[in-house]
Amino acid sequence: MCGTCGCGSDSNGPTILKPGEHEHVHGEHTHSHENHHHHHDGHHTHEHSHKHKVLEIEQDILQNNQVLAARNRGYFEAKNIFSLNLVSSPGSGKTSILERTLADLKDEIPFYVIEGDQQTLNDANRIDALNIPVIQINTGKGCHLESDMIFDAVKKLDVKNDAILMIENVGNLVCPSMFDLGENKRVVIISTTEGEDKPIKYPDMFHTSDICIINKIDLLPYLNIDIDKLKNYALQVNPNLQFFEISATTGEGMDAWYKWLKKNVI
Amino acid sequence: MHELSIALGIVKISEDETAKAKAKKVTKIELEIGELSGVELESLNFVWESAIKDSVLEFAEKEINIIKGKGKCIDCDTEFDMKFIYDTCPKCNSNFKGILQGKELRVKALEVI
Repeated sequence: MCGTCGCGSDSNGPTILKPGEHEHVHGEHTHSHENHHHHHDGHHTHEHSHKHKVLEIEQDILQNNQVLAARNRGYFEAKNIFSLNLVSSPGSGKTSILERTLADLKDEIPFYVIEGDQQTLNDANRIDALNIPVIQINTGKGCHLESDMIFDAVKKLDVKNDAILMIENVGNLVCPSMFDLGENKRVVIISTTEGEDKPIKYPDMFHTSDICIINKIDLLPYLNIDIDKLKNYALQVNPNLQFFEISATTGEGMDAWYKWLKKNVI
Repeated sequence: MHELSIALGIVKISEDETAKAKAKKVTKIELEIGELSGVELESLNFVWESAIKDSVLEFAEKEINIIKGKGKCIDCDTEFDMKFIYDTCPKCNSNFKGILQGKELRVKALEVI
């Protein structure tokens, strides 16, 4: 079974593509099924005593992901790449925030983008239209990005030194929280059209994030949401969160976000 | 459904360790899962059968030790039980705490033959 998508075959695993590449290329994700060999070698060593042996493992289940995340982090540090992992539920405006940020800052800062979605190159094409180097990871049935996908994607993207790498995770407020990609900062995005109690409904994501962007503030006059209540819920989950209140549509509040980005890349 | 990734991570560790020990299969697996780990046991059990199929775990008995959440308030040093990651200090109501236990997600032991 495929380790990423859970399908019976290997054909639905993640694909890593640049805009314009053929959609049905597989094989970037290596399926390590090397342990599936059966011990049918000549000398049959089956003892009939059936001796049970207890192996004390004490191993973290996510260790493999964490080791590769640490490798990514070292790579970013060596090349002075500031990497952000953007997480949110679908439709909160991750791609729109990215588009606006890239359009406004691309003459000052070199950007690279990794897009994560279950299907389609749509988001990568939106970024590509801004002439920013981008690569799309399609996770198939997978609900989150993992550090090995980033490791492969970064190599293919050929990220240069002193740049910002934006990783847009799969739109999902649950699963990506458990998977460290090696990013410098995790940015959770919530829009004003979502409920103010979302931080305590999905606490793990807010607990593991460093930055919280509240998007679509231009819609506030039409909504019943209490922003202070939302922030208090978020701070209850993670008292260290730093907030930016923005509208990717009107550009309101983007300056503070830009200032923070620039401060971190230099 | 990140529990599938978790289950397959467990299978990978079991395959590796069983091979290292030159054993053939696992008869029992002991897991430690914290209440604050973000893993839903119901979901894990749901994907378990399909994840372990054709692996060394296929016929293994699964034992899960649930580890209760515990935190310690950074402001007043009170230790308290945590049901949710956003629980505040029952004494001083502070949001600042260290999580002492409950984030565990571990393969503790394998019984192999």
